[in-house]
Amino acid sequence: MTAPLLDVRGLTLHRGTKRILDDVSLTIGRGETVALVGESGAGKSTIAVALMGLIDKGDAVIEGEARFDGIDNLVGLTEKQWGKLRGKRLSMVFQDAGSALNPCYTVGSQLASVLRRNLGLSRKTAQTRAVELLENVGINDAAARMSAYPHQLSGGMQQRVMVAIALACNPDLLFADEPTSALDVTIQAQIIRLILDQTKTRGASCIFVLHDLALASQSCDRIVVLYAGQVMEAGRCDVVLRDPKHPYTRLLKSCVVEIGTQNLDPPEGSVPPYEAMPAGCRFSTRCPRAQARCADERPPLVETQGRALACWNPEWTR
Amino acid sequence: MLAQSAAKIFQTAVVLFIVSVASFSLLKLAPGDPVMLMLGSEFSQESYDSLQRELGLDRPFLVQYLAWLGNFMIGDWGTSFVSRADIFNFVVIEALPVTLTLTFCSIVLAIVVGIPLGVISAIRKDTIWDTVIAVFALTGSAFPSFFLGIVLIWFLAVQFGIFPVMGFVAPWQDFWLGMYHMALPALTLSTYFIGMIVRVTRSSLIDVMDQPFIAAAKARGEPRWRVVWVHGVRNIAMPVVTMIGLQLGGILQGAVLTETVFSLPGIGQMLTDAVLGREYTLVQAGVMLTATLFIVINLLVDLSYPLLDPRLRPR
Repeated sequence: MTAPLLDVRGLTLHRGTKRILDDVSLTIGRGETVALVGESGAGKSTIAVALMGLIDKGDAVIEGEARFDGIDNLVGLTEKQWGKLRGKRLSMVFQDAGSALNPCYTVGSQLASVLRRNLGLSRKTAQTRAVELLENVGINDAAARMSAYPHQLSGGMQQRVMVAIALACNPDLLFADEPTSALDVTIQAQIIRLILDQTKTRGASCIFVLHDLALASQSCDRIVVLYAGQVMEAGRCDVVLRDPKHPYTRLLKSCVVEIGTQNLDPPEGSVPPYEAMPAGCRFSTRCPRAQARCADERPPLVETQGRALACWNPEWTR
Repeated sequence: MLAQSAAKIFQTAVVLFIVSVASFSLLKLAPGDPVMLMLGSEFSQESYDSLQRELGLDRPFLVQYLAWLGNFMIGDWGTSFVSRADIFNFVVIEALPVTLTLTFCSIVLAIVVGIPLGVISAIRKDTIWDTVIAVFALTGSAFPSFFLGIVLIWFLAVQFGIFPVMGFVAPWQDFWLGMYHMALPALTLSTYFIGMIVRVTRSSLIDVMDQPFIAAAKARGEPRWRVVWVHGVRNIAMPVVTMIGLQLGGILQGAVLTETVFSLPGIGQMLTDAVLGREYTLVQAGVMLTATLFIVINLLVDLSYPLLDPRLRPR
């Protein structure tokens, strides 16, 4: 087996006394698509932001290691080294394209400036290439759209522009941070499809941050289930979601509402505040299968039954 | 765009009308009789009546106002009661350029110094740099300009002789000599302004730097200087320009003191002399002129918004 494109081991992020990410490990191979799922506050976006080197320094302390295609210590890079990676080898599509595009510059100039700065294209070539990229992401009349300001485009169009910008320099890895949560349902599928197609043709890997389990199962090869900054379960989508072994994955799965069913049973409890976070498994406060040791001892993430699982009392039967 | 601008210009015209009525009434309401003032202590009823008629002061208020407004428009601002000098010539040709030069130099200096300081304190938030700049800005704003002016004159002009003590040289006649003479007054007047610009720049930029498009700019590999200066600072243009427009009233007030301290023959000094000498026509002209300046500048600020923020441009 070849080395994965990105190999994250024990990624931990402290902010003061809060442990936002707690010993997160995950890998992604070349051309692979991985979904990070979990409730809000599970740290899925934070993982993407940390791996892009965009964590707001302040009182944040990052530990652990991340190997990215020959770079041994991704999280310890200097701002200058990050500058050489971002936009070129690692790239990101943001949640709300409307606020992630600079309102004061035309979409054409924002796209062309990426090409000029990162690839050293001339003004003219960058312009031509930018139009091609906009056409690629399905923007009609791309040449005319170049001079549009972000607010003059619809939400779907803005996100298409974001995708074009993120993929302009053919990165190896794209982070898509809830790329469709600000969009209409009808547009969502188009954008996800677009990101999948565009990364596939480029042979790029993609990490999707999602809170929608159904969307994850349809679009990704593998899934990483997170709860309050801890990895609960990870593995191939079909394996993990068809037969969840972690009580939390099961809970998430039970929340996927199917059309025609009348079962709107909200799960009990909520994520505890950081001060009240148990030292062991953070899900133990809400877990229906919790045992005495769950709150104090952290279950290790072990390979078992075709997946990685962190649970003292997994659901083997059923 | 055109309709928007036309509406703004109409508003401005209304405000100017109100100012003109107010400033005309000022003359009427002011204590003292200009006719008596001009005639001195001894005069006959006939000479009083004839001078009153000569000056048109016996006509009804509205007629006087319209006549005054008409004359004002064509640049006939009357003559000074005391010196008999032509007021338009005195105010617009001689005094106004001095004040405009002083104001313009101060604003440019304040922008050139204030914005970088504000940017540094925003991106180095809560560090020693931020604190030092905050103290500097606050001191600048709190220091009375006349006092600072006197201190600067004492040290830089009298003690070390680096700059001239007073006087005005028109920069359009001799640019460098003009700037040399303008250095201390502009520095004095701009300190207050620098403090304001630093604070507005800092707080607006801190807000902007938290916006997602800043993270997105970093994420696509923009170097730090471009993130700050191209993506950040471009987005604070509006609050900064608004603040500058609003503070121009303050800078015109400051100009009165600064011109007095540095003996610059500008509108400020002219107005002070006019008030002290009860030359109401001159005061009136000065009030009209400063009010007009202020209003026109605010109109320009309003009209500049669509240029500064594309979102305000009509589709």
